[in-house]
Amino acid sequence: MKNAFIKGLALTGMLATAPAFAADYVVDAKGAHASINFRIQHLGYSWLTGRFNTFEGDFSYDQSNPDASKISLTVDTTSLDSNHAERDKHLRSPDFLNVGKHPTAKFESTGFRANGDGSAKLSGNLTLNGVTKPVDIAVKKIGEGKDPWGGYRAGFEGTTQFKLKDFGINYNLGPASETVYLDLHVEGVRK
Amino acid sequence: MTGITKERKAMAKQWRNTDKSYGMAVISVHWVMALAVIAMYPLGLYIVDLTYYDPEYKVVPHWHKSIGILFGLLLAFRFGWKLFNKHPAAPANHSQAIRLLTKLGHAALYLLMLAVVISGYLISTADGRAIDVFNWFAIPATPALIENQEDVAGVIHYWSATALIVMAGLHALAALKHHFIDRDETLKRIVGIQQENS
Repeated sequence: MKNAFIKGLALTGMLATAPAFAADYVVDAKGAHASINFRIQHLGYSWLTGRFNTFEGDFSYDQSNPDASKISLTVDTTSLDSNHAERDKHLRSPDFLNVGKHPTAKFESTGFRANGDGSAKLSGNLTLNGVTKPVDIAVKKIGEGKDPWGGYRAGFEGTTQFKLKDFGINYNLGPASETVYLDLHVEGVRK
Repeated sequence: MTGITKERKAMAKQWRNTDKSYGMAVISVHWVMALAVIAMYPLGLYIVDLTYYDPEYKVVPHWHKSIGILFGLLLAFRFGWKLFNKHPAAPANHSQAIRLLTKLGHAALYLLMLAVVISGYLISTADGRAIDVFNWFAIPATPALIENQEDVAGVIHYWSATALIVMAGLHALAALKHHFIDRDETLKRIVGIQQENS
């Protein structure tokens, strides 16, 4: 009852001053205008890339008050795809992501600091392989505006990196392959 | 003219099954496949334990897959051979219960071999990649049947292979029991020792 009242107030507020208020977006996973990619060095000679095909998330972003931005992403780790079935099977096994035990990974933001040039530092907690650790993501806004179908969209890219062993993944891939990089492309449709 | 015909018949008699005994074709395929089953199980367990920097990391899985495909072809040959050849009658001393048990045991072995071959194939071909058989020829992939096929097929591969090795052990124990306790010709028939006029 109380929640509905607050929601009603918030909605009225949003309607009254639409562009100025923080807007809530749903990550466009349905239309696949978002992707969660990873890369790791192969022996130090090249990059191996892969991605997670299934995920969902929401974010809030208001360009007049970017520091209030928030994002929450949930990734289905069983959807890992490196375009090689035998490798995918190995990466899902307890040697790596142990997806039988930890079928989801999560990122929950705790802070957002705009640099003033369209880039920002997004801080948050990443849960992967059952381990939760703070991670900073370097974010860059790509653009926002109306889409041709009556909606409103905003999109960002982000990169971050961490050591596999920080998340309890201790399989030895060699000295050049201890750090994994995440390349995130996120487009949201305003709710 | 008659001589040639007789010679042909004698050859055919050796390769094909008779009422009493297995022919050389089935006997050789049986033992090659037995050897493969015994060798492939530890090889498979070894593969999943290989670490990235093992020199065998690439070559052992390649052998395992190559042998597996050849095994599948032999299995197909065996099913085909079964269709066009008679099955030797059970030794006279086998009771009805033993005959039924034998049939069930053999059916289980065939089903498990089929399950192991198919599930193994479905792991490696889940992404559409063909399987190279000793860089000799390649078996193409079928379109993936289910999501995360390599994981589901991997679980089936492990458990059907484990069941197969257990069944093969029981199969061997049963054969030894026939040979040393019942003292019948069960084992001799698959080794190819022909008993004159028996």
